[in-house]
Amino acid sequence: MLKIIHMTVNGKETELAVDERESLLDTLRNRLGLTSVKKGCEVGECGACTVLVNGEAIDSCIYLSMWADGKSVMTVEGLKGPDGELSPIQRAFIEEAAVQCGFCTPGLIMTAVEIVGTGKKYSREELKKLIAGHLCRCTGYENILNAMERIVEETYKVCGEKA
Amino acid sequence: MFDIRSFYEAKSVEDAVRALSEDENALLISGGTDVLIRLREGKDAGASLVSIHNISELKEIREDENGTLIIGAGASFSDITNNPIVKKNINVLGEAADTVGGPQIRNMGTIGGNICNGATSADTASTLWSFNATVVLCGKDGAREIPVTEFYVGPGRTVRKHDEVCTAFKIEKKEYEGFYGHYIKYGKRSAMEIATLGCVVRVKLSADKKKIEDIRLAFGVAGPTPVRCRKAEEAVKGMDISDASIYEKLSETALTEVNPRSSWRASKEFRLQLISELSKRALREAILKSGVLESEVAEIRYKNESDNESKANAELFSRDVYAAEGVYFNDGSAAFPGGENNA
Amino acid sequence: MKVVGKELTRVDAYGKVTGEARYTADLEPKGILHARVLHSEIANGVVKSFDLTEALKVPGVTKIVTCFDVPDCQFPTAGHPWSVEKAHQDICDRKILNRRVRFYGDDIAAVVAEDEVAAARAVRLIKVEYEEYEPIVTVEKALAEGATPLHEDLRKDNIIVKSHMTMGGADFSFEKAYDEAVEKYGEENVNVIERTYNTPRISHCHLELPVSWAYVDQNGKITITCSTQIPHIVKLCTAMALGVPAGRIRIVKPYIGGGFGNKQDVLYEPLNAFLSMQVGGRPVRLEISREETISCTRTRHAIEGRCRALFTRDGRLLARKLEAYANNGAYASHGHAICANCGTVFKDLYADELGCEVDCATVYTSSPTAGAMRAYGIPQSIWFTECLADDICQITGKDPCDFRLESCMKEGFVDPGTKIPFLTYGLKKCIEEGRKQIKWDEKRAAYKNQKGHIRRGVGMAIFCYKTGVHPISLETASCRMVLNQDGSMQLIMGATEIGQGADTVFTQMAAETTGISFDKIYVVSTQDTDVTPFDTGAYASRQTYVSGKACKKCGELFRERILEYAEYMLVNEIPDISKTIYAEIVKEAKEKLKAKLGLSEDKDISRSMLDIENDCIVINKDAVDHGAVNNDTTNTSGHDEAFGFEERKLFELSVLADTSFYSLDRSQHITAEVTNHCKENTFASGCCFADIEVDMPLGKVTVKEVINVHDSGILINPKLAEAQVHGGMSMSLGFGLSEELLIDEKTGKPYNNNLLDYKIPTAADTPDLKVSFIQLDDPSGPYGNKALGEPPAIPVAPAIRNAILNATGVAMNEAPMTAERLVKAFKDAELI
Repeated sequence: MLKIIHMTVNGKETELAVDERESLLDTLRNRLGLTSVKKGCEVGECGACTVLVNGEAIDSCIYLSMWADGKSVMTVEGLKGPDGELSPIQRAFIEEAAVQCGFCTPGLIMTAVEIVGTGKKYSREELKKLIAGHLCRCTGYENILNAMERIVEETYKVCGEKA
Repeated sequence: MFDIRSFYEAKSVEDAVRALSEDENALLISGGTDVLIRLREGKDAGASLVSIHNISELKEIREDENGTLIIGAGASFSDITNNPIVKKNINVLGEAADTVGGPQIRNMGTIGGNICNGATSADTASTLWSFNATVVLCGKDGAREIPVTEFYVGPGRTVRKHDEVCTAFKIEKKEYEGFYGHYIKYGKRSAMEIATLGCVVRVKLSADKKKIEDIRLAFGVAGPTPVRCRKAEEAVKGMDISDASIYEKLSETALTEVNPRSSWRASKEFRLQLISELSKRALREAILKSGVLESEVAEIRYKNESDNESKANAELFSRDVYAAEGVYFNDGSAAFPGGENNA
Repeated sequence: MKVVGKELTRVDAYGKVTGEARYTADLEPKGILHARVLHSEIANGVVKSFDLTEALKVPGVTKIVTCFDVPDCQFPTAGHPWSVEKAHQDICDRKILNRRVRFYGDDIAAVVAEDEVAAARAVRLIKVEYEEYEPIVTVEKALAEGATPLHEDLRKDNIIVKSHMTMGGADFSFEKAYDEAVEKYGEENVNVIERTYNTPRISHCHLELPVSWAYVDQNGKITITCSTQIPHIVKLCTAMALGVPAGRIRIVKPYIGGGFGNKQDVLYEPLNAFLSMQVGGRPVRLEISREETISCTRTRHAIEGRCRALFTRDGRLLARKLEAYANNGAYASHGHAICANCGTVFKDLYADELGCEVDCATVYTSSPTAGAMRAYGIPQSIWFTECLADDICQITGKDPCDFRLESCMKEGFVDPGTKIPFLTYGLKKCIEEGRKQIKWDEKRAAYKNQKGHIRRGVGMAIFCYKTGVHPISLETASCRMVLNQDGSMQLIMGATEIGQGADTVFTQMAAETTGISFDKIYVVSTQDTDVTPFDTGAYASRQTYVSGKACKKCGELFRERILEYAEYMLVNEIPDISKTIYAEIVKEAKEKLKAKLGLSEDKDISRSMLDIENDCIVINKDAVDHGAVNNDTTNTSGHDEAFGFEERKLFELSVLADTSFYSLDRSQHITAEVTNHCKENTFASGCCFADIEVDMPLGKVTVKEVINVHDSGILINPKLAEAQVHGGMSMSLGFGLSEELLIDEKTGKPYNNNLLDYKIPTAADTPDLKVSFIQLDDPSGPYGNKALGEPPAIPVAPAIRNAILNATGVAMNEAPMTAERLVKAFKDAELI
């Protein structure tokens, strides 16, 4: 029952055969080897599998791959620059010590990409709400929020100046 | 992978209706945030899915020439919250949608799915009840419209037939014009929650902004389906917003109209307390949102705020209470000065 | 110290932010088989038979095994080092699949299939016939007369172990202390308080599920890749479970997504290995869902603490007694160790004037198995001590901070039973620091006599914590260092990185001790029991302490071996060096060394004159200092400059390494491997202060400010230390306010074994977390450090509880203090 779908994955047009029973999580991990997409609950409660579909953060464990046909999907693997340089978001996570076991990290970084993409400024309380779809048991979210605040601020400075 | 027999992405609503009517085991799937979870649990395993995920006409939110708002059933929670028409006219629906799950779920889940699940806890349901919204269903024989208040048959059950697709919700202008509303979702956490209780109050003040001209009060999880408390609404209609008794009137009457149950999630007693308290707070917030100065709106009264009631606190440390809980006093005298709160 | 104490970036951060760090499931081979477990749907009984007919018909099913097919071997699962003393061995009370069902969710059969849908479908189609007994979910039921013993072969009743401990003499009793107190202080001045406090059954909620995959190779070696904290223990227990020699088992532990103690138990690894063996050694992955993880792996013990305290009217603490009953669930796992630990700290934390008495009982019940969880019985213990302390203060009117300063364990404390000392005592400094930072005295004054439905309160809690497990259990750790051709090093620890930052701090330690720079040390994060030296694993707060000692000792040996080779290179008696490409470099170095130290002959050079700094062989500072006295007694101001690194540098380590590998005269692969049997231990301590707001009609508690102050010795990496404290605080916040795994008492079925209904705090529920440290150099720690990993998870919950007491006068005795419980308590107190 394999079906051919077309997605732009991390900027690259991809044609692949998927089982129509597959979640996007299954497809990204098992067919494309994008193992940054983590499975933590399979029911959209932990956020570890978060990826961007057409720029919106979704839980890929409860998103059918068939729905991604014709869409653009982005994972953490797509953030590194051509020479392996990290994105400012990834750098902020490292420098603020926002990483511990690392299992929630890729998903949170993708949500950060969505948030930063709005170019808006957010308070710490607003950021807390915006990352509340990710559970983390190691960090108490403190340093994750520090990283988020920093990157939102940096982006706003750039975008704000443009505007 | 999900245990499904087949998957069909419908090209249009009519196509979905056809696909559903051809297979009595077919399940309609939209955002997927509930259907896929049930499938994973083994419920409905082996079903065929008919998807309306990608039908763009279902995602539309618009206003018709009469000012009736039409919200596509396929609109996601975040679509609703961020929509300018919603923000301008029925912002409280956007606020309610913004309390569902977490951000990712709100990008995925749809208002149609929220309502068609038939769950009393659905965050958008009580608000739609307060708007007297109409549910538009499309079936083999065309479309039909049902008031949302008649849509629910019981917990998890609605009047939607197997081969019907919910396409939209309609809210008439008279239901929203001049109203301001407030939704409170009460959960054990501040996010990623099913409501322990949901409460919406919408008020329309008199032209001088002194009186409650009209009001709507509805709850989720206060009964097997969402409930609208019409008697409570009547009880405070016409009352002055500076009159502190509006809160007790509303909440006490509401308590006669609800029927929450006890479950491991929360007891009936606790839910009744929430019904009482949240209706008061939502009313006050709704009035404040109507553009009234805080000083013109009555404060909610609490029993221990008047002078002679703080003794309840002192009594807690009385000898009797401690003795009952196992403190032995050996000198036979009155209790020791009990802590700082006892002064 | 140069590297220890620096806020260096985690060695695994890059891999983790790019998704390149590989976890167990990321390493599975293509075409792997999928397995699922069938769990019992009764809580107490016996499996009589299975009907597999329908399940076997599912296309793609490869094999179904049931509890009737498994080896007749009982095995333990606790992540303790095995004991060669019979009396100290962990309890062998389960098989790979169990016929005797002891809780709702017991493992009774498993399916192996070509894909996960087939496996799940087949599991649903297996029919089971049971002989059913009444579930005994609570301690009370399990101890009741005539209750079915869950492990008839091991225990005549459901008591795993009971123990009795005292302070103030072996024959101390609370009753006797009462008489003594009356005599000493007069009856009218003596008070007794009696309270029962309860703690919840908690789930670890590590984000990565305890998945594993296994295969058997052509030599019969069984390899399991798994998400565990304790690879070497899993190896031994798996061998016991399968009835095969330990050498046949190989455990590979890649990056793991948190463990918090749940993965300090052998979980499904033996079953996974068994399933692979049943399908000809083909690779099999065992998928354990979130729901299974919460209810079928391990939990934190729910403990009931019946407490009594004897004190004077003016708040002098005279004596306490604890009777603790731990609900251990269906299997022993860590057995009595956790409840006993709870009791030990209860008696240690306060210096009762007359003494303290503790009775602990650990009880089998037909409910999810309780095992290790971060801080191992102490969050429960501190819930008891700190509720009790504030309840005493509430009666006497004494300030809770003052009470603790007067009554807490004293400097120089040594536990009379274990002889564990409190070597560097920072407890009171922590209390004083927290008191100042939260503005305790101002707030206690400001929050007096509040009215209204929203009130503020400030509360605090203290704790102490043993760093490792010596002398209760073995503490051993190993480390290996291997030199590369470029002078860099592989660092191979038996200790495991589980997210806490172990790899980073070991790298810092190795750099500190060897002189090889931080970024030239490649720590091998994966433990593979075939190649990794032995360590018991990540548990207690032991690794920076116990494994850190191994790292330091190994570093010293490694350094010594390098210097010994450097001496060989510098002493001219061996002609080989002169033929190499490094001849000039070494010659110059030799001349520099001789000149600086005023040596006449090559043979005067000895390794004591040499050192390693910044990846170079240098002249030892001590040797130079000595020389400086001889050569120049007038100019001391230029001393540092004259004998700085550049002045003392001889040649780069890469020169030495390349020579050592390829010298035709003396080829030597420089490595070092050390096992350190640690026979030391020390107390860490600290406190939490919380300022909260209570909205009484809604039972809503908002933490306005919360600060943990820790006495954890010298911090190896302050930034990571702080981050670790944040996580612990969040865990204790959940313990205090929202987390509780609920079980239906009638059926034993869990209600909320998923992440929606089991409430760990989200970001939106978490206040800003403040952290402070009192750094005292502990002489027993390898770098002055002591316990930090677990302590943060201890004190926040009781501090919040005491702040609620301050705000409202209502004493909550049961955690978590959910809104519903608070509303009920406020109603009972007629506050709402």
